[in-house]
Amino acid sequence: MTGKAIALGFAAALAAGLSGAAGAQAKEQFVPANFYWVGPYAPGGSGIAGGMLDYFKLINNRDGGINGVKLTWEKCETEYNNARGVECYERSKNKGPTGATLIHPLSTGITYSLIEKGTQDKIPIVSIGYGRTDAADGRVFPYVFPMITTYWSQNTAKIKFMGQQAGGMDKLKGKKIVNLYHDSAYGKETIPVLDAQAKLYGFQVTHIPVPHPGNEQQSQWLQIRQINPDWVILRGWGVMNPTALKAAARAGYPRDKIIGVWWSGAEEDVIPAGDAAKGYIAAGFNVSGSNYPVIQEIMKHVYAKGQGEMEDRSRIGSIYYNRGVVFGIVTVEAVRKAQERFGKGKPMTGEQVRWGLENLNIDEKRLKELGAVGFMQPLKLSCMDHEGGGAVKFQQWDGKQWKVISDWIAADHKLVRPMIEESAAKYAKEKGITPRDCSKES
Amino acid sequence: MLYREAGQFRSSYAEDQRIFPILQDRIAFGVLLVAAFAIVPLVANQYWLAAILTPFLVFSLAALGLNILTGYAGQLSLGTAAFMAVGAFMAYNFELRVSGMPILVSFALAGLCAAAVGVVFGLPSLRIKGFYLAVATLACQFFVLWALQRFGWFSNYSASGVITAGKIEIAGYLFESPAEKYLLTLAIVSAMALAAKNLVRSETGRAFMAVRDMDVAASVIGIPLMRTKLLAFAVSSFYCGVAGALYAYCYLGTVEPEAFNLDLSFRVLFMIIIGGVGSILGSFLGAAFVVLLPIFLNVLFGALSHFVGIEIPHAWLSNIELILFGALIVFFLIVEPHGLARLWQIGKEKLRLWPFPY
Repeated sequence: MTGKAIALGFAAALAAGLSGAAGAQAKEQFVPANFYWVGPYAPGGSGIAGGMLDYFKLINNRDGGINGVKLTWEKCETEYNNARGVECYERSKNKGPTGATLIHPLSTGITYSLIEKGTQDKIPIVSIGYGRTDAADGRVFPYVFPMITTYWSQNTAKIKFMGQQAGGMDKLKGKKIVNLYHDSAYGKETIPVLDAQAKLYGFQVTHIPVPHPGNEQQSQWLQIRQINPDWVILRGWGVMNPTALKAAARAGYPRDKIIGVWWSGAEEDVIPAGDAAKGYIAAGFNVSGSNYPVIQEIMKHVYAKGQGEMEDRSRIGSIYYNRGVVFGIVTVEAVRKAQERFGKGKPMTGEQVRWGLENLNIDEKRLKELGAVGFMQPLKLSCMDHEGGGAVKFQQWDGKQWKVISDWIAADHKLVRPMIEESAAKYAKEKGITPRDCSKES
Repeated sequence: MLYREAGQFRSSYAEDQRIFPILQDRIAFGVLLVAAFAIVPLVANQYWLAAILTPFLVFSLAALGLNILTGYAGQLSLGTAAFMAVGAFMAYNFELRVSGMPILVSFALAGLCAAAVGVVFGLPSLRIKGFYLAVATLACQFFVLWALQRFGWFSNYSASGVITAGKIEIAGYLFESPAEKYLLTLAIVSAMALAAKNLVRSETGRAFMAVRDMDVAASVIGIPLMRTKLLAFAVSSFYCGVAGALYAYCYLGTVEPEAFNLDLSFRVLFMIIIGGVGSILGSFLGAAFVVLLPIFLNVLFGALSHFVGIEIPHAWLSNIELILFGALIVFFLIVEPHGLARLWQIGKEKLRLWPFPY
């Protein structure tokens, strides 16, 4: 009996899974929502998913979609696991009238796994603030968009910030910096750029790995104590961050000398550390706060109707939630741009959206219309440059909230861009890809 | 009804020793193979081929490898993912560094590299047993990942330590589409499963089982312990290594060392425990259970909330999925501690005696 019931359940599930692809309707733009709501990284996944989907709901409710094309989506749980992420991608890529518009893998590992698949299926892989840095070279990676700021750009901005604090870049000479990183593809990504900068500015850098998931860092902080660096770069993710802050407090290392990356700088990273987090500085390509017009509009058009994604309303306006809204803005604007060229009021294919992304230009004026001035930075992409922005703001945790302590600090493009091109060229050679000629793109 | 064996006589030793002595089994298996090779690639869509069937086959092969070591030779190992990592990274390096290297040779050499690592880390098995051995193989898990991440050579000095699998070309034919990659995986897995089935029925396999059941007794009857145990490690690691290479080349395309973490080792161990320790079929059933069930639950819940029309918060669904998956594992282990393969075996016995089972 039980066996039969299970078998029937499977059959129903199968049928549903297959028919989902067929039930397509026109005038809809399908965006997969492949995020994670369980596991050690759930605060990031659920917050970003909530922000993005709430923004989509805002566009649907307030504007009736993008020029009349309603946004649709389907959630799929990736568990931050590569295999599940690929499964979700395969499941979602053919849904909707035009297939997946673009995809936010929300994991550096999944991004890597999707680069080839997305390029083959002509679905843009948009990795905002994570993913493969050298994919910013759009000639080699036509379908990959590591947008707004790559890890390398962020890292140079961080060193610039340290230089500003020290009173000039030349003052960095002889300083000691520790790079405490999550031992994964994500964590290791900035090592070469840090080494290059260490040579350039004459500071010493020590790379110390923390094994996944990072809830044990005693020996690492002991080592940091011995080195006694001027700055510690915290390149953590998930549970590693509060653990690092607590361990730093125990080791007596000043928290205002620790600079986190944007995946280490959310409320969820500091609140569990309690008082140990006070004074900690983190970079961010978006800021927290709910007093921006775009968030207020979401409150008015989505939450007032009881349609919001977030069960815990206090998370609206948090770093992750706002980052999700940025994801939503980028997605919607790319589709809008594509519609300008390929036909207003039509659902766009992945290939068309790729054009939209490559020609995306969100300037201050557009930011004002979106209600997102100061919320995110202006963004302009091109065939050559799939990154666009490149600047970060620094914010400090005062025990209750994040306080922005700097303006947008631009990355050192002169240093990063040649490294990106070199690395991309190596990839192209390994894979036998002939880079596109950007002067021939229209 | 299904198994009416009247009239099936075996008139030679060869017939008696066949893998499938019963005619119905031979027919069923033949149909299964024809379906898998000829019909599935035509009928299944890309999603099924690329996201469900290929990983299922790859994990089946890894489980098969572990099953040879743990199920047949009785040596508990937690290093499966590490052997897979060796396979994936070495296949990549053979392809990258030796120009004109045929991909199948790369896979085989990658498997041999994994076998060599397996032999080295299998050495402690000569002195220690059971859980203590599991801890020793744990060292292998951490050491291999550490080495892959520390030494840039393995990933061709990639900044983030990831490798990207190149094109798969065999005799001028390019395996590119999911269907082609599925067929390649299926062919390799079928051939290796057949080899494994024959291995465990051979003298070597019987030596493995003798060591598993009681190694002192095995050595008394003249089975060389060292050679047998190390051979088991080598063969098992070879299978895992090839599985790792397939994981990189036919499934994900790009892999980072972190993908082969301890978590994966445990997953493969769960596969053989759920599927059936000491059973070739069990490796496949276990892999199906562990790989496919979470996906089915996910789709099922998605469909359910769609039908009911009430939007249940997605975080709940994701958690319920995990809870249910765990509950089903416990359920199956209580109903049949020897795994799904044993359930199938009991069912088959009943069918053969039908309609008067006793």
